[in-house]
Amino acid sequence: MTALVSLVRIAKTFENGTQAFGPLDLAVDAGQFVSLLGPSGCGKSTVLRVIAGLLAPSAGTVSFPQSRPEIGFVFQEPTLMPWRSALDNVRLPLELKGVARADAEMRAREAILRVGLQGFEAAFPRELSGGMKMRVSIARALAAKPKLLLMDEPFAALDEPTRQALNDDLLKLWREDGLTVIFVTHSVFESTYLSTRVVVMTPRPGRIAAEISLDFPHARSEAFRLSPEFSKAAAEVSAALRGAHA
Amino acid sequence: MNTALRYATPVLLGIVVLALWEFTVDHFGIPPYVLPAPSAIAAAFADNFSSLMASLWTTLRVTLEAMVAAFVGATALAVLFSLSKAIENALYPYAVVLQVTPVIAITPLILLWVGFERINIALVIIGFIVAFFPILSNTTIGLRSTDHNLIDLFRLYGASRWQILWKLQLPSSLPYLLGAMKISGGLALVGAVVGEFTAGSGTATGLAWRITEAGNRLEIAKMFAALALLAALGIAIFSLLTLLEWALLHRWHESALKKDQ
Repeated sequence: MTALVSLVRIAKTFENGTQAFGPLDLAVDAGQFVSLLGPSGCGKSTVLRVIAGLLAPSAGTVSFPQSRPEIGFVFQEPTLMPWRSALDNVRLPLELKGVARADAEMRAREAILRVGLQGFEAAFPRELSGGMKMRVSIARALAAKPKLLLMDEPFAALDEPTRQALNDDLLKLWREDGLTVIFVTHSVFESTYLSTRVVVMTPRPGRIAAEISLDFPHARSEAFRLSPEFSKAAAEVSAALRGAHA
Repeated sequence: MNTALRYATPVLLGIVVLALWEFTVDHFGIPPYVLPAPSAIAAAFADNFSSLMASLWTTLRVTLEAMVAAFVGATALAVLFSLSKAIENALYPYAVVLQVTPVIAITPLILLWVGFERINIALVIIGFIVAFFPILSNTTIGLRSTDHNLIDLFRLYGASRWQILWKLQLPSSLPYLLGAMKISGGLALVGAVVGEFTAGSGTATGLAWRITEAGNRLEIAKMFAALALLAALGIAIFSLLTLLEWALLHRWHESALKKDQ
């Protein structure tokens, strides 16, 4: 199977001389849910930006062996335009791509429905809770029907029940759409719960310290979160993260 | 405090002060060329109604033209600054020089160059100069403080520079721009008035000229009437801009949130 995205010997050094990450190699196959797990400041967010093409790497190459897939990006903050309603925020990617307004609006409504926010189309961001704003942000990323979804600690600022609900909804969307997700997080439990593959990074400059495949046959759910196999996997991921620090 | 009371208290205070004023002038026999009673000012206002209204219109027009010119010029320059750091570096110091030089000191020059026969154009230029800088400086900050992640998002979806400016940076800077407009509205009026005072007995026909004229003739009541109109004009401009700000921002911006929410 050819990879959807392939990073070869990429590294990023900022203009002020700070080494953000690398060099590192990473190939992500279509349909995988990959977590980049590492301490704050290890450059994992920068890796996402390089993959999205928002930042040029200082060395190495980012390639898409098939063709450049449609990319969706979800930031740590909801990053909504406060002067636009939820619907108009979700419509933005389609609008920028030149999709006709009626069509864009229909697809935006569909995306809002999928993240469970029907009835809030006309609401402005300041009228929504943190979790709801994050749902709008995810709907916006889904509106343009991405193949590759890049997520930069999207749930870090949310409370635990909201975070778990969003984790479950994200897994559902990932399965239904056959998405490929690269998910940056510093939470052992979140990465273990969500991923098919956890990539553990070292502190800055981030390199890949370990990789753990998590191949659970059944759909993940609340019961999975309490199961012994989840605990075992989380312990393994946690040990790898500790190892990366040493 | 309920709304009715909030509006009633300043009105009541005004009435009390006016009554006290009327009584004091009457009781102590203060001559009208020192301090005219409110009733005398009202009479002067009625007597000179048409000339005062004509002057009010002149000053209003000059002020509005200066505001529009400052809005268009300063916003355009701020956009230019946001597009090119080099242009900003080259021009910003001169904008500051224009701002820090007291406008009254350059007023005679402008009057001389434009000519007294076209005094209203000169007054618009003076109003423009004082109203320009707050809009330029605030809008520049507003355009620059756009959420960088949103700019990245626009770039991810292949937005053009123009789309980023129009759909993202300008709406982001709207609260800054509107705040500056409230300051600049008052300043444009100051510019229009200062220009007219400096021009003196020329061809000016605005409210400042009415004040100068009435002062020269010791018609102090008429002077007060013109002064009251100037204050009313300033309040009207400020209120309209506050209303515009509310209309454009109240649905989404934090500044428009009610405190009890």
